[in-house]
Amino acid sequence: MILRHTYLMRTSWPRIFELMYWPTIQMILWGFITRFLLTNSSYVAQAAGVLVSAVLLWDVLFRGQLGFSLSFLEEVWSRNLGNLSVSPLRPYEFLLSLMAMSLLRTLIGVLPAAGLAIVFYQANLFDLGLPLVAFFSVLIMFGWAIGMMVCALILRVGLGAENVAWLAIFLIAPVSAIYYPVSILPEALRIVAWILPSAPVFEGMRAILIDGVVRYDLMAHAFGLVFLYLVLGAGLFLYAFHVARRRGLLLQIGE
Amino acid sequence: MSISKPAIEVQGLAKVFDGVTAVKDVSFSVPRGQTVALLGANGAGKTTTIAMLLGLILPSAGRILMLGEDMVRHRHRVLPMVNFSSPYVDLPRRLTVEQNLLIFARLFGVARPRTRLAELAAALDLTPFMKRPSGQLSAGQRTRVSVAKALVNEPKVLLLDEPTASLDPDTADWMRGYLKAYQKRTGCAVLLASHNMAEVERMAHEVLMMRQGEIVDRGSPAALIARFGRRDMEEVFLDIARGVPPAPGRAHDAVRTP
Repeated sequence: MILRHTYLMRTSWPRIFELMYWPTIQMILWGFITRFLLTNSSYVAQAAGVLVSAVLLWDVLFRGQLGFSLSFLEEVWSRNLGNLSVSPLRPYEFLLSLMAMSLLRTLIGVLPAAGLAIVFYQANLFDLGLPLVAFFSVLIMFGWAIGMMVCALILRVGLGAENVAWLAIFLIAPVSAIYYPVSILPEALRIVAWILPSAPVFEGMRAILIDGVVRYDLMAHAFGLVFLYLVLGAGLFLYAFHVARRRGLLLQIGE
Repeated sequence: MSISKPAIEVQGLAKVFDGVTAVKDVSFSVPRGQTVALLGANGAGKTTTIAMLLGLILPSAGRILMLGEDMVRHRHRVLPMVNFSSPYVDLPRRLTVEQNLLIFARLFGVARPRTRLAELAAALDLTPFMKRPSGQLSAGQRTRVSVAKALVNEPKVLLLDEPTASLDPDTADWMRGYLKAYQKRTGCAVLLASHNMAEVERMAHEVLMMRQGEIVDRGSPAALIARFGRRDMEEVFLDIARGVPPAPGRAHDAVRTP
């Protein structure tokens, strides 16, 4: 059995990558949080619920991406992709259905958690007001864009890459400024943060909850970027689908 | 589409995977209301040919016209009138048979999906397990559901890869009769890949024998049996698979096994 799993691992770089991934990401993320809290604990204490709101908004991005990728993976796991590909369903309709499923899964996951946050911590995400709609829209669309890229990778290399569906989003967590401002990051990572739509959303959230200011500049920044990522994600997915047809992978996709 | 034109026209079809030729210069046509069978040993190129016809694999060369449309450029114009069953695909196992068939009825734009499902359930004896998850069915029951999915849109072109592989002889025989009756009623063109020679003899109007990606012989089952001087398609298949040339004078000799 050890030999069987060693053979599998040797032929699949995503499986080896995953082993190293979680400890590294956790260490980086909590290292930055610790650094921020050591110097700014009173600042955070002034804004009740800022961390809880950050957790909930982060979950919109996480669930949005996961909901998209898992809905796609369900078709791969059940060997149904071939059936769908020979139905009148067009690739863009398939993408739209995955987005709809992602929205549904996200609402089912996040709304009860948002309710519990009010009951347990008196932290009301809906205090963000109308900007919450914009934050939610940017984050779920970014989740879809990453989901499309993950699905493109699975189409390209097979189910060996399925774990990427779970861990892809955490690659951007340290630079999304979820629990701490972008300014806490090293200079090079700040540049990375500002080319992601997630960082301006979390900065915008803190501006409302801590300073009571709605930053429309950050919203415009986030929307502009997220549309670019959506176009990039859709392009990669459609290209991967085309390559899968050229290489005959749609009937064979597996480990 | 003109009635006189074949439902499927394939010209010079080829597929090369990373330098390995899987299908080479294959040409054939399937007239409306007729069944053409692809025969060949494992790896002969049958499934790759069917997958190219369905658009699951892009050809390296050649042309596929289905119901008059180019399948590489305009497959979505034709797909509502085409369907298939294959052992390489499955239906979601946690969904019930009814849910699975309803999804595909809606995807294919069937006008009255529940009425169509009731017809299929009655015709293919699926009624007792329509409410059961597909994953709880036996292999034979799943094959019948797969055929039901393939017929859900009353296709004009049907591609069947081993349609009776998991069925007992009695059910397989009944299924062949059902498919022939369906073809007679609708004028559907059928492309069949099978290892069951009795099935091919009963269903096929023309047989295309494939070896190493090429069509090496063709003809009606009766003509091939006569040309090779054999008793049935099983013996013809063995001759062709082993590269034994036609020998009419050898009629009714037994095929030697190595």
